[in-house]
Amino acid sequence: MAEKVLMKGNEALAEAAIMAGCRHYFGYPITPQTEVAAYMAKRMPLIGGTFLQAESEIAAINMVYGAAAAGKRAMTSSSSPGISLKSEGISYLAGCDLPALIVNVQRGGPGLGGIQPSQSDYFQATKGGGHGDFHLIVLAPASVQEMVNLTFKGFDLADKYRMPAMLLSDGTMGQMMEPVSLDVDEIKQYDKSSWACTGTKCEREHHIINSLIIDPDELEKYNFERFERYAKIEAEEAMHDEYRMEDAEICIVAYGVAARVSQNAIDKAREQGIKVGMIRPITLWPFPKAALNAAADKVKTFISVELSMGQMIEDIELATRCKKPVLLCNRVGGMIPTTEDILNSIAKANSVGGDK
Amino acid sequence: MIVFEKPKSLTDAQLHYCPGCTHGIIHRLVAEVIDELGIEGKTIGIAPVGCSVFAYNYFTCDMIEAAHGRAPAVATGVKRSNPDNIVFTYQGDGDLAAIGTAETVHSAARGENITIIFVNNAIYGMTGGQMAPTTLPGQVTQTSPYGRDPKAVGLPVKVCELLQNVDGATYLERVAVNNVKNVKNAKKAIKKAFMNQIEGKGFSLVEVLSTCPTNWGLKPDKALEWLEEKMIPYYPLGVYKDKTAEKEGE
Repeated sequence: MAEKVLMKGNEALAEAAIMAGCRHYFGYPITPQTEVAAYMAKRMPLIGGTFLQAESEIAAINMVYGAAAAGKRAMTSSSSPGISLKSEGISYLAGCDLPALIVNVQRGGPGLGGIQPSQSDYFQATKGGGHGDFHLIVLAPASVQEMVNLTFKGFDLADKYRMPAMLLSDGTMGQMMEPVSLDVDEIKQYDKSSWACTGTKCEREHHIINSLIIDPDELEKYNFERFERYAKIEAEEAMHDEYRMEDAEICIVAYGVAARVSQNAIDKAREQGIKVGMIRPITLWPFPKAALNAAADKVKTFISVELSMGQMIEDIELATRCKKPVLLCNRVGGMIPTTEDILNSIAKANSVGGDK
Repeated sequence: MIVFEKPKSLTDAQLHYCPGCTHGIIHRLVAEVIDELGIEGKTIGIAPVGCSVFAYNYFTCDMIEAAHGRAPAVATGVKRSNPDNIVFTYQGDGDLAAIGTAETVHSAARGENITIIFVNNAIYGMTGGQMAPTTLPGQVTQTSPYGRDPKAVGLPVKVCELLQNVDGATYLERVAVNNVKNVKNAKKAIKKAFMNQIEGKGFSLVEVLSTCPTNWGLKPDKALEWLEEKMIPYYPLGVYKDKTAEKEGE
């Protein structure tokens, strides 16, 4: 069963979604995520599923909303500008407590931006990209294997907590090929019969899927309840990985492709005798605050390596209560930091660390 | 013998509509049709944003509230998930013919096997009477205070005529609910639109000309007259497309 196959990230995640029981995919073409749609277009008709190319990202997310309301595992995928269009629908999914998986294979922005890899949708993904108070579960794969495992996990967590989850990937993860095992856990079944719209069969009261709560008292109550659920998720579901942190004095924080490059830089810096390690968030929301806060008592300096103008760095500063300085090492617009870029930041951190 | 009763498919909730508004009649017609076809238990309704936003409280079938204009996309998601369900949307003119134009046209183009009840009262009611895509030339609204000026904002969108040219659409009819005869015809059209879906015949839309006494600034009886005198000439009643009839004729 542990047999590995060589797969492209986008295709691996699509296959993982099917293995997770998703039979309803709605999308709209946009680079660099098109392989997901192409894969689904090929596979879904063969397994009795739905692949539908919608007239827009807006329509696609609302089709997901309909399928989710009907109690099905449904998903859509897009890239940055398309996710902006989906944000209305994502807010409605959150407001109606509907599970769904949204994949963002990020590209550079703002506006039409570029088509090369980016991590500049971090705020949009982790702070709630649409209107209103809500969160998405945000999963950040750093390998094709994690594209598989986290897609599977995303569907599970979405069902478990009745909320949308996002796989926050980027053009690199989507396009690269790696050996991958499709050996995943058994699908956990969640009972949706108390809310899904499948027809009353004249045997029960009607179900209403709705986010319109006109009475302020009641709307407040719904928000409080939702955030109690969020608090439970923050306490129980944060995931991260640590690399060479045992004796680290400098802690790199990076996710996705940035973590891959950082790992190379760490190995090189270690050869020079610099004690550097990495905390790699796997969930960006919930953010692994406890791990970072604990690290802040041990290391001298943090470096946030990201493909954005400094978005995750704010969460690092918050999680560590600004106990230690956090440097930013970044490239944007589709550029990826080189090992040398990161080594330079490590050298800088090595000279300034511990001042605070 | 009971000669008149509330349809089973309507809840006991009191309607919130203004006095004289014809939404109540149209709700009732939809509910009567659901009752008569015996599909209450497998029907899913999609409510819009607009005056009929609370439709989910009034129908006894499962109901889903959609974002403004997105009801046909939501209906698509539901129908594709459970093709055995009967899925209808209930939408106003701003919802269907302005913000939701793309969803309307493309659900028709796909020949989506759903039923759309399109309530055209030539105005945005819920937000207090703004110009709609279907507001008549010269009609005064909050956002066309000097009357709709076609030179500045163009002419109304005629939905049935527009969709007539979309090959995927199966059945399009425009009806009105301003008098008993028209109400009876409206019910016939709504029933056919549901029957088409049951028989897997594809996209059906019934445009129902409706009144908005509050925002038109008219008493209910005058509003019915205005519908007859102003709206029907601009939006002629009748069947705009019926592929099921074509097939039978072939």
